[in-house]
Amino acid sequence: MTGRPTAVGIAAAVRSGERSARSVVEEHLAAIEAREGEVHAFNLVTADAALARADEVDAQVAAGQDPGPLAGVPVALKDNLCTRGVPTTCSSRILEGWVPPYDATVVERLAAAGAVAVGKTNLDEFAMGSSTENSAFGPTRNPHDPERVPGGSSGGSAAAVAAGFAPLSLGSDTGGSIRQPAAFCGIVGVKPTYGLVSRYGLVAFASSLDQIGPFGATVADAALALAVIGGHDERDSTSLPGAAPSLVDQLAQGVEGLRVGVVTELLDAEGMAPDVQARTRAAVAALEAAGAEVDEVSVPAVVYSLSAYYLIAPAEASSNLARYDGVRYGLRVDAPTTGEMMDATRTAGFGPEVQRRIMLGTYALSPGYYDAFYGKAQKVRTLIIRDFAAAYERFDVLLSPTAPSTAFPFGAKADPLSMYLNDVCTIPSNLAGHPAISVPYGTGADGLPVGVQVMAPALGEPTMFRVAAALEASLAAEGGASS
Amino acid sequence: MTDTAAASVLPEGWEMVIGLEVHCELHTATKLFCACPNRFGDEPNANTCPTCLGLPGSLPVVNAQAVELAMRLGRALHCEVKPSVFARKNYFYPDQPKDYQISQYDLPTNEGGYLDLPSGLRVGITRAHIEEDTGKLTHVGGGGRIHDAAHSLVDYNRAGVPLVEIVSEPDMRTSEQAKEYAAELRAILLATGVSDAKMEEGSMRVDANVSVRRVGEPFGTRCEIKNLNSLRSLGRAIDHEAQRQVQLLEAGERVVQETRHWDEASGRTGTLRSKEDADDYRYFPEPDLVPLEPTAEDIARIDAALPKLPADRRAELAAAAGVEPTDGGVVIAVQRDLDGLALAAIAAGGDPARVLTHVEHNLAVEGAESLSPEHLAALVKMEVGGELTATQAKAVLAEMVATGDDPASIAKAKGFEALDTGALEAIVDEVIAANPDEWETFRTGDDKARGKLTGFFMGQIMKASKGQADGKTATALLRSKAGL
Amino acid sequence: MASLSRDDVAHVARLARLQLTDEQIDTFTPQLAAILEHAADVEALELDDVPPTAHPFPLTNVLRPDEPRDAGIRDEVLAQAPAAEDGMFRVPPVLGEAP
Ligand SMILES: [Mg+2]
Ligand SMILES: [Zn+2]
Repeated sequence: MTGRPTAVGIAAAVRSGERSARSVVEEHLAAIEAREGEVHAFNLVTADAALARADEVDAQVAAGQDPGPLAGVPVALKDNLCTRGVPTTCSSRILEGWVPPYDATVVERLAAAGAVAVGKTNLDEFAMGSSTENSAFGPTRNPHDPERVPGGSSGGSAAAVAAGFAPLSLGSDTGGSIRQPAAFCGIVGVKPTYGLVSRYGLVAFASSLDQIGPFGATVADAALALAVIGGHDERDSTSLPGAAPSLVDQLAQGVEGLRVGVVTELLDAEGMAPDVQARTRAAVAALEAAGAEVDEVSVPAVVYSLSAYYLIAPAEASSNLARYDGVRYGLRVDAPTTGEMMDATRTAGFGPEVQRRIMLGTYALSPGYYDAFYGKAQKVRTLIIRDFAAAYERFDVLLSPTAPSTAFPFGAKADPLSMYLNDVCTIPSNLAGHPAISVPYGTGADGLPVGVQVMAPALGEPTMFRVAAALEASLAAEGGASS
Repeated sequence: MTDTAAASVLPEGWEMVIGLEVHCELHTATKLFCACPNRFGDEPNANTCPTCLGLPGSLPVVNAQAVELAMRLGRALHCEVKPSVFARKNYFYPDQPKDYQISQYDLPTNEGGYLDLPSGLRVGITRAHIEEDTGKLTHVGGGGRIHDAAHSLVDYNRAGVPLVEIVSEPDMRTSEQAKEYAAELRAILLATGVSDAKMEEGSMRVDANVSVRRVGEPFGTRCEIKNLNSLRSLGRAIDHEAQRQVQLLEAGERVVQETRHWDEASGRTGTLRSKEDADDYRYFPEPDLVPLEPTAEDIARIDAALPKLPADRRAELAAAAGVEPTDGGVVIAVQRDLDGLALAAIAAGGDPARVLTHVEHNLAVEGAESLSPEHLAALVKMEVGGELTATQAKAVLAEMVATGDDPASIAKAKGFEALDTGALEAIVDEVIAANPDEWETFRTGDDKARGKLTGFFMGQIMKASKGQADGKTATALLRSKAGL
Repeated sequence: MASLSRDDVAHVARLARLQLTDEQIDTFTPQLAAILEHAADVEALELDDVPPTAHPFPLTNVLRPDEPRDAGIRDEVLAQAPAAEDGMFRVPPVLGEAP
């Protein structure tokens, strides 16, 4: 992916007047034109609006104004982010054709920073999945191998960056939905601290776990984007106070003296592929060589993460998705009474994975089962937070593989439980509310990208990005190694 | 107050057990979770936004003033104001834009208070929690009835309006007490500025939980009655429902726990739905909101700003008048907002008993609140001094309210002078002589007969004296002439 | 471990307002049962003295001033409603009151 313009490079060139935003956008629209038919990263490409927006940015530069830190940078938006006047579908029949009357906070912030939205990207329906196969509009293909999934649920956003359709994109991560597709597509993906990025305008899947984050081809691009979209928002009650931390200036700090713990429960998780383990060990060795203190660490409660997640997330989802009832917006399947209309609409509008999770969540919240399932899962969350806190007394960041394997072929995980097991390394950070980043670290035995995950305590993004940048630099020095 | 009258609704040996759930709209400028105006009567859906329409991606943010008002009510009801957590109550219904209601469940803002009724009964307050209102459904066709409608229309202007739901303990035993509770609660809501509490407009909605039992036995199965739009409906519905339950039980049947709908026109309750299939609300903590944790300073500030509440006002007036707070005059004085007038009139030297009598019986009129307390005291003094009869005083008082003039000049203008005792005695003798049979019965009959005839003779005496006779003096004369 | 029956799945589907065919129930039942079986490790934990975490961070008292603002989206929303009439959302007849 070398040779492609980065977001940092584009913004600098556009701000200085060296390049026009229009030329940048035209170049990316051409890339989309050339390969989108194969990749299917987008549900909608907003080419005309993007060119018009690029002209606005150019006009600002011409008038001597600074369009902002993302001046002229094309950005692809996961299609569960509300965009005023632009359809937002969540890749679901139930929202097909719905046009939000408002912008998500992140969409406003990108625009205010001079970015240019180029389209809405494909996802697993309502972000439920790890392969983007659950989209009502067909799967997205991995740009590295069109026979394989791009990961999910933000597969379209990951593929868009990997295919060079946009240097930046936004996804949402509830259990790994940014990091796992970033790993599968060989790019950088960030799940920020819960509350660092406003969820206002993100169509909810599991509210206490959902977090918006950026994809970029480089660590610096991801850092730039996160600095733009992060920071307090009064429209989200769970938004943390304070501005987004400064990240870009952290990247060259190095890792000398930083303490890095490798989480044994995740490195040796059930089903972990040996080539992925090998790349993770290579990353550990590289950090050690760069001056970090490295050791193994046990975070015992993470073994319960998957179970807790698959109770909590569906429970919240069952409630969040109740509003799709055919009354106010989206699909309506007519029927003689309102009750029957709701039944018919929801049955026709939701795909099988969404139905499965709604039922699972409804069951987990039922009287008589609440304590055993949802209540217990919330307590496991406490255990996980405690065990992470203990680990962070000894370590600045923790390391693990991002996903147990490289990108798998379409249809390989037809059994829901086997698909869920894909999230084993990413889910703990969502349950704890901690930040985590997936950094590409070479390729596996099959020649496909492998990602390594760096985790940090709440608001530990500055240190997390330092480590991510060091990994990126070591890989470049190594010449993009494979296992 | 009227315990015996109301209890007689049920057969001997049975009693009702009543608890009330009252929903009140909080008097805020905006809705509970969004900045849309909290305003009644606007164009349908004019006051809506992504949040209160439940649009995908929207989020709630709590209105500070709604929390303030809820805590204020809690303190006025002597509740403990506690850290609280919002929860989702999940159920599908088209007036509920998210198909869940944001309410409070196991951790409500207010818990464990009480409300003292004017009659002296203390009713426990289980909790008073914050929640959002639903939208409004209009049924089109079929005469507006839900079952026959061709279709329905939804207006979300009311969706998300802040409510406080006040749940009482099952401490009431008569429908009168239930009405009294609702009226007293309404007075508190108004006094504190928490709600405008209009039952007819739906800004105060009362649901009644009613069960019956044989006196001394454990509680029976209860039914919840909805659609009570006035105090009158509340009383009638409770009496009807309690009678229905007693009839069932006496016939050897059982009461089914269910929600029932009051139909004011037919005067009956009907099944709305049975509880068993409706209670699966799958409550869980609302992940889009964070807990409320009132500080000690918040509570101290609220306490300091609380206005004087009806119970305190009754106590104050009762103390000044030397009567019990349950005294009818005291209760009505506070109910009609005339306790300030009564207190000032008593302070100005007016006889407390006569002041309270006037407030209770003669001042249920417009303008009574602007009556001068000095004038009221002066009127009472004229009565006590024998210058005016009770009937004359009543006429003067009406004129005082209408004109604002002082009682002496009104009495003069009307030509009112109390009869002296000699003249009154002559009239009494005349009346006795004209009605010998009645007089014989009055003299020798039992108390009941004499009671009836007292009214007859007083009527005759008033007629003969053209209303100028003092009732008390005349009664005393009659009794002494009869040798009683 | 409570094992999930076909009836449980049918009941839950009804609560969630999903109309499943018998075949769909047959498919979903073992899938959901397998997921719940996987959750047995959590169900088996002894956690009586562990407080639940509903929210990753202990924020409290996030409040908004009581100041009205007109969102101005009514016509836009009604225009794309499945059915609207007289400024309201139209729905088929509603059977029964809210639960
Ligand atoms: Mg309620
Ligand atoms: Zn609103």
